[in-house]
Amino acid sequence: MATVHLTVPISEEAVCSLQVGDTVYLSGIIVTGRDAAHKYMVETFIRSANVPGSEQALYEELRRLLAGSAIYHCGPVVRQREDGRWEFVAAGPTTSIREEPYQADVIAHFGLRGVIGKGGMGPRTLQACQKHGAVYLHAVGGAATLIADAVKEVLTVYKKDEFGVPEAFWVIRVENLPLVVTMDSHGRSIHEEVQAVSERRLQQLLGVSV
Amino acid sequence: MDLTEPIVELIRRASTDLPADVEAALRAARDREEAGSAAASTLTAILDNVALARARSQPICQDTGTPIFHIHYPAGTSAGKLRAQAEAAVVEATRRAYLRPNAVDSITGRNSGNNLGIGFPVFHMEEWESDLLEIALLLKGGGSENVSIQYSLPYEPLKAGRDLEGVRRVVLDAVHRAQGEGCAPGILGICIGGDRSTAYTYAKMQLLRPLDDVNPVPELAALEERLLRECNELGVGPMGFGGKTTILGVKIGAAHRLPASFFVTVAYMCWACRRARMEVKNGTVVYP
Ligand code: SF4
Repeated sequence: MATVHLTVPISEEAVCSLQVGDTVYLSGIIVTGRDAAHKYMVETFIRSANVPGSEQALYEELRRLLAGSAIYHCGPVVRQREDGRWEFVAAGPTTSIREEPYQADVIAHFGLRGVIGKGGMGPRTLQACQKHGAVYLHAVGGAATLIADAVKEVLTVYKKDEFGVPEAFWVIRVENLPLVVTMDSHGRSIHEEVQAVSERRLQQLLGVSV
Repeated sequence: MDLTEPIVELIRRASTDLPADVEAALRAARDREEAGSAAASTLTAILDNVALARARSQPICQDTGTPIFHIHYPAGTSAGKLRAQAEAAVVEATRRAYLRPNAVDSITGRNSGNNLGIGFPVFHMEEWESDLLEIALLLKGGGSENVSIQYSLPYEPLKAGRDLEGVRRVVLDAVHRAQGEGCAPGILGICIGGDRSTAYTYAKMQLLRPLDDVNPVPELAALEERLLRECNELGVGPMGFGGKTTILGVKIGAAHRLPASFFVTVAYMCWACRRARMEVKNGTVVYP
């Protein structure tokens, strides 16, 4: 299990060298997005025949930002400074499995190299990671202050009024965001493996009676 | 004496710091894990987060949970006034961002915005013989609450009968089912017996015990020790990444039950086991 410092844009080679269990410190510009953002991206950009004119600018911007970068499943607590700029106060991960219906398409369409969240994701996402060269990076649940501290700058926000603060696309610059690879681009998932090990041990423990 | 401000301070202490025994257990767990492993780096991140939260007086976790108050008061104290002061303190602590607004109307989905609502926060109030007023507070987060579970014994799928071996079997199952989702490493508060509702209350009361105390009932002390060891053999590890530490402590209590019922209730608490206590005597407030 290695410790790796990664900087956006992440190359395919760098992502493919990661194995489940590796610790990653991520730096660079990433974007937050959860339920509303994923639904929007899939419905407006990916599955629609053509992108409406009003959404064209954001589409171009997201394509530029997300290629080689990561999307973070996070609903932050934010504060607006007097000069109008935003700050993240708390920025822990939210449960990722809700994006399972969308994530594989978003990885493929935007060329994501990383998906950040908690709890892991399902087989479709795992397959997409394998096919397109991406990983699932688990953030530490509850470590809200530490993660907010790694967010050095909020560059901008999209769809804040339409989706609300927790659901908006926040474009942030992170420095040494602490993460663990729990699904890699070789088809391995820690979530499946740990579950299987613990199942086996449970059976052993229940086999022995007092 | 108006205790509103001292209770705000109690809430601040609970939300922005971990009890020393829990932090020590996390540190010991980190030192046990293999250097460079995901488990070790996760525990390091948790410990760094706690230190940062303490230094900045900010919540340890963004989910500041359900505030659960256990209040023991001397004869002659007005329980109603105490409760009103505790509620005022919760509102003020929310305003100062020691607590996140967490009380959601179950029908409309509307957040009350100040952490007051029906059955929110939770109060357990009791008069006692002592002339001391004691307020214990537990902040219990949603992720850990969601993986808490109650079994009715006998429970055939696990061959769990109505005895301590049956208790052992269902508790191991509960920890396996939770995997990392309750933000492991967790702490288990367990109640054997009781009715369906008191059982959860007693199970959560166990979470107020320090990790290093010894259960006065020898059978339960032995079971706590055994379950702690065996839960960790499951290998779930911090956040479910695999590792030697899945559970930091197991605390078991028992309540009388009906002849017809035998519940085992497991209140799972995340690593962010935020508990704090205050005592008031002769107008002096201390936070022991
Ligand atoms: S389970 Fe605990 S540590 Fe995890 S997010 Fe909830 S309150 Fe925070």
